[in-house]
Amino acid sequence: MELQTVKFYQTGTFTVGNRLLAEDERSVQANMDRTNSLNSGHRACQGCGEALGARYAIDAAMRATNGELIAVNATGCLEVFSTPYPETSWKIPWIHSLFGNAAAVASGVAAAMRVKGTPGVRVVAQGGDGGTTDIGFGCLSGMFERNDDVLYICYDNEAYMNTGVQRSSATPPAARTATTPAVGREPGNVFGTGKNVPLIAMAHSIPYVATASVANLRDLERKVAKAMEIAGARYVHIHVPCPLGWGSLPADTIKVARLAVESGLFPLFEVEYGEITGRTPIRRKVPVTDYLRLQKRFAHLFNVAGEGRVAQIQAIADRNIAKFGLLEEARTHG
Amino acid sequence: MLKQIEGSRAVAEAVARCRPEVICAYPITPQTHIVEGLGEMVKSGELANCEFINVESEFAALSVAIGASAAGARAYTATASQGLLFMAEAVYNAAGLGLPIVMTIGNRAIGAPINIWNDHSDSMSMRDAGWIQLYAETNQEALDLHIQAFRLAEELSCPVMVCMDGFILTHAYDRVDVPTQEDVDAFLPPFEPRQVLDVADPVSMGAMVGPEAFTEVRYLAHHKQLRALKLIPQLSAAFQARFGRFSGGLVKPYRTDDAETIIVALGSVNGTIQEVVDEMRDAGTKIGSLGICSFRPFPLAQVREVLQHAKRVVVIEKCLAVGLGGIVSDGVRNALSGIVLKGHTVIAGLGGRAITRAALRQLFQDAGNDELEQLTFLDLDADLIQFELEREARARRSGPTAEAILRRVGTVASQVA
Amino acid sequence: MDKPFAITLDVGSSLANKTGSWRTSRPVYVDRLPPCNHACPAGENIQSWLYHAEAGDYEAAWRVLTRDNPLPAIMGRVCYHPCETACNRGQLDESVGINSVERFLGDEALKRGWRFEPPARESGKRVLVVGAGPSGLAAAYHLRLFGHAVTIIEAGPLAGGMMRFGIPKYRLPRDVLDAEVQRILDLGIELRLNRKVSNILETMEQDRFDAAFLAVGAHIAKRAFIPAGSAAHMLDAIAVLRGMEGEDKPLLGRRVVVYGGGNTALDVARTAKRLGASDAIVVYRRTREKMPAHDFEVEEALQEGVLIKWLSTIRNMADAGTLTVEKMRLDDKGFPQPTGEFETLETDSLVLALGQDVDLSLLYGVADLVIEHGVVQVGANMMTGHPGIFAGGDMVPSERTVTVAVGHGKKAARHIDAWLRGGSYAPLPAHKLAPFESLNPWYYADAPKTARPMLDLARRASTFDEIVAGLDESTALFEARRCLSCGNCFECDNCYGVCPDNAVIKLGPGKRFEFNYDYCKGCGICVAECPCGAIEMIPETI
Repeated sequence: MELQTVKFYQTGTFTVGNRLLAEDERSVQANMDRTNSLNSGHRACQGCGEALGARYAIDAAMRATNGELIAVNATGCLEVFSTPYPETSWKIPWIHSLFGNAAAVASGVAAAMRVKGTPGVRVVAQGGDGGTTDIGFGCLSGMFERNDDVLYICYDNEAYMNTGVQRSSATPPAARTATTPAVGREPGNVFGTGKNVPLIAMAHSIPYVATASVANLRDLERKVAKAMEIAGARYVHIHVPCPLGWGSLPADTIKVARLAVESGLFPLFEVEYGEITGRTPIRRKVPVTDYLRLQKRFAHLFNVAGEGRVAQIQAIADRNIAKFGLLEEARTHG
Repeated sequence: MLKQIEGSRAVAEAVARCRPEVICAYPITPQTHIVEGLGEMVKSGELANCEFINVESEFAALSVAIGASAAGARAYTATASQGLLFMAEAVYNAAGLGLPIVMTIGNRAIGAPINIWNDHSDSMSMRDAGWIQLYAETNQEALDLHIQAFRLAEELSCPVMVCMDGFILTHAYDRVDVPTQEDVDAFLPPFEPRQVLDVADPVSMGAMVGPEAFTEVRYLAHHKQLRALKLIPQLSAAFQARFGRFSGGLVKPYRTDDAETIIVALGSVNGTIQEVVDEMRDAGTKIGSLGICSFRPFPLAQVREVLQHAKRVVVIEKCLAVGLGGIVSDGVRNALSGIVLKGHTVIAGLGGRAITRAALRQLFQDAGNDELEQLTFLDLDADLIQFELEREARARRSGPTAEAILRRVGTVASQVA
Repeated sequence: MDKPFAITLDVGSSLANKTGSWRTSRPVYVDRLPPCNHACPAGENIQSWLYHAEAGDYEAAWRVLTRDNPLPAIMGRVCYHPCETACNRGQLDESVGINSVERFLGDEALKRGWRFEPPARESGKRVLVVGAGPSGLAAAYHLRLFGHAVTIIEAGPLAGGMMRFGIPKYRLPRDVLDAEVQRILDLGIELRLNRKVSNILETMEQDRFDAAFLAVGAHIAKRAFIPAGSAAHMLDAIAVLRGMEGEDKPLLGRRVVVYGGGNTALDVARTAKRLGASDAIVVYRRTREKMPAHDFEVEEALQEGVLIKWLSTIRNMADAGTLTVEKMRLDDKGFPQPTGEFETLETDSLVLALGQDVDLSLLYGVADLVIEHGVVQVGANMMTGHPGIFAGGDMVPSERTVTVAVGHGKKAARHIDAWLRGGSYAPLPAHKLAPFESLNPWYYADAPKTARPMLDLARRASTFDEIVAGLDESTALFEARRCLSCGNCFECDNCYGVCPDNAVIKLGPGKRFEFNYDYCKGCGICVAECPCGAIEMIPETI
């Protein structure tokens, strides 16, 4: 009789949980006792990818640290929608200082934990792409260089969303934002600009860097848990769709994030001490158009003039696939 | 213990006695020796249980201190001039959050043009940020104020800036009495935070506050500083009881009881002023001086009490409100509201220009003879000013002002054409 | 902690902000009808018993299954599984092997001796079932569970109907058949064998039956006009297959020709091979595509060496066993037309497998019946024109399969039960169907269908051992877990995980989930990411 490897969690591999899985094989999110670090009542838009990403990451960090976690937040959507006086949605100790200093404030908190004799209390700094790649870049680099014991999480929705969708150095080519409008000779964001902070983090040779997506919860949780096992500067960059800013449907948030990964535009990989040590392979490759079509910020690419630019975007995706080997078998523990 | 050490070193030793837990260091003249001294003490183990962090900018320095303080650690940093401006956002943030950070300002002018020498323009730029601002007159007072500052900050949950004149105090070797660890421990208890990031009792710090509550929050900040007006004299009294000398307090009047002319100033220039006062008193002039130590909160009542019976007041300022005139003068005028006397503002010592006894004597005599303008720039080179104004009027593209003046003044470098 | 006013906030204060007020539409949990359930002629709740099976609760699964169909071990061998054809998984990779799992459960039940629960109360009514085939047995089972006293009268020597006398042993071993039949009878059903009912009204009157369910099947072989010599050995398929049950097997000779294109024709040909025929040839007038027999039957038959002559009809049969065969061609309408080309075929026997008719003699004299095309017409309630007389299986218009027959039995039993109580049975309106488009197939891991092991050819040719083996537990479990649970929540926790507002409440294992409408903003991510399409958005009311 032909042999078949029996997978005892056919849906559990990709779903949040499954009643047939042992508790410890399910995600943190499947657990009825999950922290819900970012609780209900916050003012995020319907379908906000960042709210989801934040709860995913911080719950995973809380599980990994047994609830001994302090969070530092940069100014931005996450901070504004979660702590408008008199309401806060955070269930953990949390501080918001300024837009560009989350990494530095976190370094200070970590130093305090060391000096107070509670090094088991860990620190997470979080910010959007604007607060991380642009205005917070100096402090981020300083934290990396000092190898402070901080996990910095960047929620990348590819623009300054909280102030009304302006371009950041994380905005992808061709995307329409309020400061890169879809008019003129080259509508949308200019090709050839932009910053890849995960690769910059890699260049700092810090102990751990990873990219993750809200579309792959288990991968995200695994990476956060792994990061919390390491002491020193760590960076996790999470791709989070913004329905408002991207012009996608609120219900499509996870779908859009999934297509970004499956097209190769957002590669999932891990780096340790400056070397790429793992990547999550693409399961079912799709052309970039599947991803672009769901977002109004790319709508101008689908008129007569846009074809060549779509091809350029496809080339970026193909380069990522080649560079990170995204279509090969997984080489790390899944 | 008596020591003959550099002012910066004295401050470093005082701060070290205060058992700081997190120190952030970023170099900028003229405070750098302070953090260098502290760094060495930490690395050698002399200052134990302290994290010394070399940060990448002043903005990071104060931000790290904010994080550390919010997490319950006693935090300290030092800066000056451009560095203070670079951390300006964080300065307001620390005060707004109510974190008891102590920061030394080695007073230095702010560019452009870049200038590393002493004046008060840096700390003055942050006067309304909500920090308590104390100005030291001597190296001893600079040392002493830091010890008082930690206790003041922590009792009120308000950050404190201790200002000391760059080079004049920071780089001067003077005899100081460095207190013992026991005495400091007896005066300064361990840090008990009013609010803290604690996994056992989580809170969210730094909420967004809208129109409905923002005014109240700001009023409470103002109210906090009004409480400081009471606390500062209490602390300096307690300090005197423990350490045997007077340091700090709100104001220091000098021979003002029957003075007809009183000179008001902040910082080290008070020493020079007192010497001239003594000389002129010996010659029979009824003159006195008032040193203001606590600039924020501004001691309106105490200033009024000292100045109200004088005929004239001369405020000597190492800072300039461009387009207006004096900064300290504003406070003084406020204190004298309703009282009619002659008030003069003298802008002196900008960018480190020496304030000589001769210049002061002439100035005070002119004041006494009612020959002083309301606003004067001490030792201003009128010819140079005239020349420069004519030069700029001649051509639209007249080039950079500073370079033109330097060339005129005749510095060596400027003669290399 | 003495928190500064407004700057520092207490944990949990956001719960005062009921963001549910933002919604314009709300998600609701729904149960949709899975296509397998919809397609099953016996109305089995397939998704439900797969749900239990995949958790390893085999007995629970079997009990859910047998609520509708008392013959799973048989079904797992003979059913043509329209459920698998309809299965949404077929649009993903391959359909779930529902049939294999059903067989596994049926075999487990037999192995472990699981019994049916007898009825709690007797109704006091007596119902007659005529025919102990699948339809009659199913009806008897359901009627008994309603608490009625049931008597089955069977003309043949053994129960089973076409299951015994039509389906060969290599497809359905007789010990399995006997065990499942006995298990039904053990509920307290009387079985009278070797009695043919010649007049239904009389029989009902005699033993005071309050109602009757007729399921006599179609056991009369259709004939074709084939001129034949008097000594020509021509038989019909029914007789041949029935003969296999007795002591004396039919003697078909070394060369056997079977005329016909249905499953029965192939059953006979394959039986002939097993009996030792060197040649078993099926003659069919059209092509393979048009052949009514199931493709897998054709495949298996060909593997076993059965030959098939397409596009051929039999003109006559001479005494010595020579057949004259005419070649046919298909016209443009797909009908076979004679070509005028002939050939001869030597054979020892010719077996006609041209279809079956119903013996309606027991209905003579019954008023108000409508009989058309040789079968009894029944209403939606399975009742004939005559009140109290119900019918089902091959004797009413139907697709003639065991599963359809079982479905008729169940349906009729419900209507009979209602009729006996003076009312009528109205089935609940069905849920909306769960089409493939309502699923989010991303979440189902790649898992190709398990193949059931097949007996190798050498053994198949010589014995009547069962050809297709069942799955063992690990593979049955694997197969059950391939089920997508279309339209029915299987607690994958996705909705609980993907809500950005933490507005889904997990109620605990087995209790599914609830929406917290105080905070749900109506974004719809839960709907999009529910793998089985068990959540819908409905407009919010103002």
